[in-house]
Amino acid sequence: MDSALIPKGVKRCSLGRFSLWMIALTAILLWGVIAMLLCWFKGLNQTNMNDAYGFALWIWADLAVIALGGGAFFTGFLKYIVGKDELKNIINYAVVIGVVCYVSALLILAIDVGQPLRSWFIFWHANVHSMLTEVAFCLSCYLVVLIIEFLPLLFENPKLDRKPFFHHLSHNMHEIMAIFAATGAFLSFFHQGSLGGVSGVLFGRPFAFREGLFIWPWTFFLFTWSAAACGPCFTILITRITEKIAKKKLVKDNVIDLLAKISGWMLGTYIIAKIFDTWYWAAYTLPKQGFSLIDFYSNNPFYGIWILIVEIFVCGIIPAVILISSKGRKNKRLFMTAIILAVIGVCINRWVMVMQTMAAPVMTFEDWFMYYPSWQEVATTILPVAFGAIFISFAYRYLPIFPQESELNPID
Amino acid sequence: MFPFCFEWVWDMSHIVFMGGLWYALGIVGAGLTYCIVKAAKESSDNHSNGDH
Repeated sequence: MDSALIPKGVKRCSLGRFSLWMIALTAILLWGVIAMLLCWFKGLNQTNMNDAYGFALWIWADLAVIALGGGAFFTGFLKYIVGKDELKNIINYAVVIGVVCYVSALLILAIDVGQPLRSWFIFWHANVHSMLTEVAFCLSCYLVVLIIEFLPLLFENPKLDRKPFFHHLSHNMHEIMAIFAATGAFLSFFHQGSLGGVSGVLFGRPFAFREGLFIWPWTFFLFTWSAAACGPCFTILITRITEKIAKKKLVKDNVIDLLAKISGWMLGTYIIAKIFDTWYWAAYTLPKQGFSLIDFYSNNPFYGIWILIVEIFVCGIIPAVILISSKGRKNKRLFMTAIILAVIGVCINRWVMVMQTMAAPVMTFEDWFMYYPSWQEVATTILPVAFGAIFISFAYRYLPIFPQESELNPID
Repeated sequence: MFPFCFEWVWDMSHIVFMGGLWYALGIVGAGLTYCIVKAAKESSDNHSNGDH
């Protein structure tokens, strides 16, 4: 029934089967939408946020999806600026995943601000002394860039491509895509960094506070670095999941191998920088403020030293070593373990920089603040996952996302 | 925010922050306009040549 919309040379499941899949995802989406409407109409009292937790689950989810969406800017940077031409076979999917991640991030923020109708205030009444203003500027501009990078794909749909205007527009956009990619890389560098900078400048929160270079705390650079390292891992993970669901190979191994190798080196260098940062913070920054490392990993029911070991060793050093080594990348199980660990690692990093920062006491008379999200917060955090699955399903079905698909899966 | 708004102050923070925003929007807007105008011109040229 929808065969005219499906790209040439590829096979898709029946419309009935696709509709069933969509119904299941839409049910999850609706659960999130109900929670979102509750938050908008009844207010933020629907959440378990309080005076101790101005930032909570939503901000962690926001930071995590932005880091995972980093695959789009870094793959674009490698393809258009560095000239790694092989990555043209995965860049489309990286852009699709990037669009999902950044739409999700802005959606979560729209719920978190409580009054989405006043979102434009940040542009018109900008507080030019806040790193979050820079984040808001760069996030919204970068989403525009991602949509521009996505549009040529949309115009390549068989129905639209027949219209001369869309055919030429798609071609022209491809021609100057390097300019958009460079703008995207510039915007991403700053908003990824400033999200880290927000934690690093909190001199009243010794767990997060870091020294740095000029106005930028070290967390500024570490956040950008980790997004560039783990974002492509997320792109690879979603590609592999898509292949599993579609039951066919969509991208050749040499493309995945190249992206994974670069990610491995980025992750390896990042984790060395992170170890130095943690050591300097524990040995110099904290004692100056009257704290020791163990103060932040004891006397509470959840945050033990284990979380630091998991973040740095299990989800940092181990995946970096696997991805850097050629043998590690060739072993399918090891490779997927490394990819999953890297993705978990960046999520844990964002978790501790948001949630542990809020939980840790800063006054001698205070105790640890523990927090459990309400169901509305959980549902609105799952909402972008359902949205992402729907968006990716539509994009995979109707757009020529994988240039190698027809070659890898010839139709008889 | 624009320099003609009452909140505007001619200091480094406003110039860097808002200048950066306009710069990024300017590049993206100019690039997109170029693509659209060129595509419109090319498709009208094709149409007059009877290509489609």
